[in-house]
Amino acid sequence: MKIRKLHILTHILLITFGLAMLFPFFWMIATSFKQGRAVFNLSLIPTAPTTANYVRLMTSGHFSRWFINSLICGILVTFSVLFFDSLVGYTFAKYKFRGKKLIFLLILSTMMIPTEMLVIPWYIMANNLKWANTYWGIIFPGLMSGFGTFLMRQFFDGLPNDLIDAGRIDGLNEFSIWVRVCMPLVKAALSALAIFSFVGNWNAFLWPLIISDEITKYTLPVGLSFFNGEFQTEWEMVMAGASVATIPVLVLYLIFQKQIIKGIALTGVKG
Amino acid sequence: MAHNMKKPRTLAQKNELWAYAFLCVPIIFYVVVRFYPTLYAFYLSFTDWDIVSRDMDFIGLENYFRLMGDSVFVKTLGNTIRYVVFGLPISMFLGFLLAYHINYLNRGADLYKTIYFMPYITSMVAAAWVWRWLFQPPPVGVFNNILTALNLPSQPFLRSTTQAPFAVLVTTVWADLGFQMIIFLAGLKGISEQYYEAARIDGASNMQQLQKITLPLLKPTIVFLVITGTIRYLRIFTQVMNMSTQGDGGPLNSTKPLVLYIYDTAFRSFEMGYSATMTVALFCIILIVTLIQMRITRSEDT
Repeated sequence: MKIRKLHILTHILLITFGLAMLFPFFWMIATSFKQGRAVFNLSLIPTAPTTANYVRLMTSGHFSRWFINSLICGILVTFSVLFFDSLVGYTFAKYKFRGKKLIFLLILSTMMIPTEMLVIPWYIMANNLKWANTYWGIIFPGLMSGFGTFLMRQFFDGLPNDLIDAGRIDGLNEFSIWVRVCMPLVKAALSALAIFSFVGNWNAFLWPLIISDEITKYTLPVGLSFFNGEFQTEWEMVMAGASVATIPVLVLYLIFQKQIIKGIALTGVKG
Repeated sequence: MAHNMKKPRTLAQKNELWAYAFLCVPIIFYVVVRFYPTLYAFYLSFTDWDIVSRDMDFIGLENYFRLMGDSVFVKTLGNTIRYVVFGLPISMFLGFLLAYHINYLNRGADLYKTIYFMPYITSMVAAAWVWRWLFQPPPVGVFNNILTALNLPSQPFLRSTTQAPFAVLVTTVWADLGFQMIIFLAGLKGISEQYYEAARIDGASNMQQLQKITLPLLKPTIVFLVITGTIRYLRIFTQVMNMSTQGDGGPLNSTKPLVLYIYDTAFRSFEMGYSATMTVALFCIILIVTLIQMRITRSEDT
């Protein structure tokens, strides 16, 4: 009896707190379906819900362009990170070679360098190479990450070496062993890393803000941050924009919940 | 193997070549996009380059002396430290409180995890806009509407130098505590049930178990969260830029963090050299924090 009572109290605490956490989302979504004076009404459920804000958002201004830019950059970075971080992680987990410790340490040490320190040199580099306002300019700093390499090494470490030897006996070359034998076995890690990089890129702000100054080349967060100019702080439009920026990552999260939590937890446990 | 006679290579040597082949593109990337820019930032910090003029004059430590006498730098550093000192403990405490309770639930744990974690993956720009709207003055802002409905006086929030930093902190903690919760949950799952069973046989209360078992065994997790959190809070930028009306960390620099000042100096005043000096300062602070972590975790292992 005592335990049951405690559980009810726990649920009450967690639900109250959960509602407070969700409060901004409630308002964001509710307002995005409101128009006119109803925007400033305190009712959570719109009396006359309308999708007009979304239609206007996607058809006028540059919003749909920003959405596509973010999508393209997110997908390109994700593929690059998946390929290179798993290749590098695999190499460090399964090969012996001279300089291994030093190179690994150097790659890991890049996690300590704050982006803020790199953006000024990147900006100069990108300008000299005429990469400003291009997709390549937005994505090139993120093509690989020390974090992803570390994560993938942890997972490849867990694969038995016998598998690789079996591949060698079957006459596969080292690249095929990696692609055809080992990669399918770390699918869970790959999906975790894919989600991390996509979400991270989708939400990235500082670098895209610096590198793009043509309104049609903005990514979604950069475009949103200039919403004042585009829509004169029409709050229902801002909330529709915020919803569209939020919903893709939420859907991804809901689909890949288990991997995301596992991946994040793993980084914490290992330090 | 007969055709290999000319250049006999052992499997180990062959594999070493494969390893280097796999690493050559990544090594070029890390050198060009990580290490060279790092050194370049150090170099820039000793110049007075303002982007407009072609030449970069080497001025030695001048920027560093300027930094020490720069009242805006001191102010923004103070603001940043305030975010770390107030924001991080609150989000860690709440993250632990939630994880501790979710950990012994049989049902609903996944739902709660999702709810608390959602803000962490939400775009900070979108979140900043939503919170900015909640904090608007009447009749626009939701909080002020609620206050009015309850017959309470309305508040200036983002327009007040004393309330605006608090509004930024609320937004930051809201966005961040899901991360702390997930890591705490992983830590709690790692503690063997046997400890608790033994404690219960000895008649230890819940509070005693928390003090004598849970918290001491969570020490590595806590160290990890303090250090990574400190670094994250030191780099606060997006929410402040998007919550202040002019994007400048106002009113009167009251919310402006270090990174926003770095951004302003480089990309609004185009003083690249001086801005680079501040990024070096930020790097040094982060380096010290990281070294402390390595020290603590190492002494933990032995």
